[in-house]
Amino acid sequence: MQQLPIGATKMLSTVKPLLAETAAETKITARGVSVFYGEKQALFDVDVDIPKNSVMAFIGPSGCGKSTFLRCINRMNDTIPIARTEGTITIDGRDIDDPELDVVELRARVGMVFQKPNPFPKSIYENVAYGPRIHGLANSKSELDGIVENSLRRAGLMKEVHDRMNEPGTGLSGGQQQRLCIARAIATSPDVMLMDEPCSALDPIATARVEELIDELRESLTIIIVTHSMQQAARVSQRTAFFHLGKLVEESETTTMFRNPSDQRTQDYITGRFG
Amino acid sequence: MLEHTVKSYEEELKLLDRKIAQMGGLAERQLAESFDALERRDPDLAEQVIASDKRIDALEREVQEHVIAIIARRQPIAVDLRQIMAVLNISGDLERCGDLAKNIAKRALAIAPESHPKPIITGLNHMVELASHQLKDVLDAYATRNAERAVAVWHADSKLDNLYNSIFRELLTYMMEDPRNIGLSTHLLFGAKNIERVGDHTTNIAETVHFLVTGQNLTDDRPKGDQTSTTLISPDWDKKV
Repeated sequence: MQQLPIGATKMLSTVKPLLAETAAETKITARGVSVFYGEKQALFDVDVDIPKNSVMAFIGPSGCGKSTFLRCINRMNDTIPIARTEGTITIDGRDIDDPELDVVELRARVGMVFQKPNPFPKSIYENVAYGPRIHGLANSKSELDGIVENSLRRAGLMKEVHDRMNEPGTGLSGGQQQRLCIARAIATSPDVMLMDEPCSALDPIATARVEELIDELRESLTIIIVTHSMQQAARVSQRTAFFHLGKLVEESETTTMFRNPSDQRTQDYITGRFG
Repeated sequence: MLEHTVKSYEEELKLLDRKIAQMGGLAERQLAESFDALERRDPDLAEQVIASDKRIDALEREVQEHVIAIIARRQPIAVDLRQIMAVLNISGDLERCGDLAKNIAKRALAIAPESHPKPIITGLNHMVELASHQLKDVLDAYATRNAERAVAVWHADSKLDNLYNSIFRELLTYMMEDPRNIGLSTHLLFGAKNIERVGDHTTNIAETVHFLVTGQNLTDDRPKGDQTSTTLISPDWDKKV
């Protein structure tokens, strides 16, 4: 790290008390996380702290391990027979690999949205009601209705679909389908949301809506977004992590990362100079 | 540093560097020629310097247009973003250097008919040499992305300030000796101040180069050498110095 000039250090020390008041607590902690697919190691010894109620962007070239790491956080890699994970990940201090922890519960708390919108081949209502129903989050039909409506409203979709709740979710436009998937993910009241390139199949307007939504959801959620768009990472996230060849190369405040990254590999990647 | 995968982007950034080099070369020449015009009492050269200032102004506008186009089309980040901002700032500083040289040339025209006091001209000559040297150095620091060299230029500005302080005092003495000297002396004083301000723009450029290379601002207070703003003359002023 570059040494700060005397003035800057002095400035930081005077700002510190202010920062301490607003400093977010850590939501997710990863220590020494490695992932192997059979013999091949896909992720090497990742250490990172993800602050609560913030958006962290994972960037890096294809195959760099960012999606692999994302899938560790809700133990999606468990579903791949040859995958093996080492190290620990804790959410609110609780080890997610704790044998006493129910993985289904974990995934209700850690929602996920994928690159391609994948609504169930069911009605709009059923898409959102599915999660709360299987997790037993509603005691009555009216309570379930309330959850569905609230989730659709938070996902910014309610106005567009209120009069066609029983129509198939697959009949919506791409951007609407993605927001439906977000509504479905927030219906189980998760406190972490994992997004794997959620806008790569969307047009700029639908992308802007999702980005606006991410910004709103941040108030109540901790969000991790994998994106190939540097501009998107710069726009939506507070912190950014750069992965390369399975290693976490650099993690810092987004403004620092895009103004003055400390690692040459980060600089080369984000400015479009990669080999 | 590696080149961009997109070659046209690389070319656009290199073009900006070439424009800065061109502006810098012009600003250096304008400064030297404005002083030559003053020293040799050469109205033709002075007119030429005044006319040439348009070229620097035009280059600054070209730089601004290129920068806006790059921001719109490429959304530069990290070192590219810093370069874009640096180019914008440096072109502004160089344009101001050109204006200051033009102003010296105008004063050269105004005082061409009068005979100039030799010691003051010698002092001004030192100032111009130093200012030109500093400007050249800082532009080299920019071209080679050398932060240390930029910091050296930044510190060396105090020499220029010291020269200016001594010319200021000499000119005050000269004016007090004979009120008929006041008109000429005032022009020469503004000329000296202009050269001193070229030095200030040079230190701005040094700060910009430092930020471009390191991503950090130069936050130390530079020793302020120009004391003339706080100097007051009183009847027995010359007895104190």
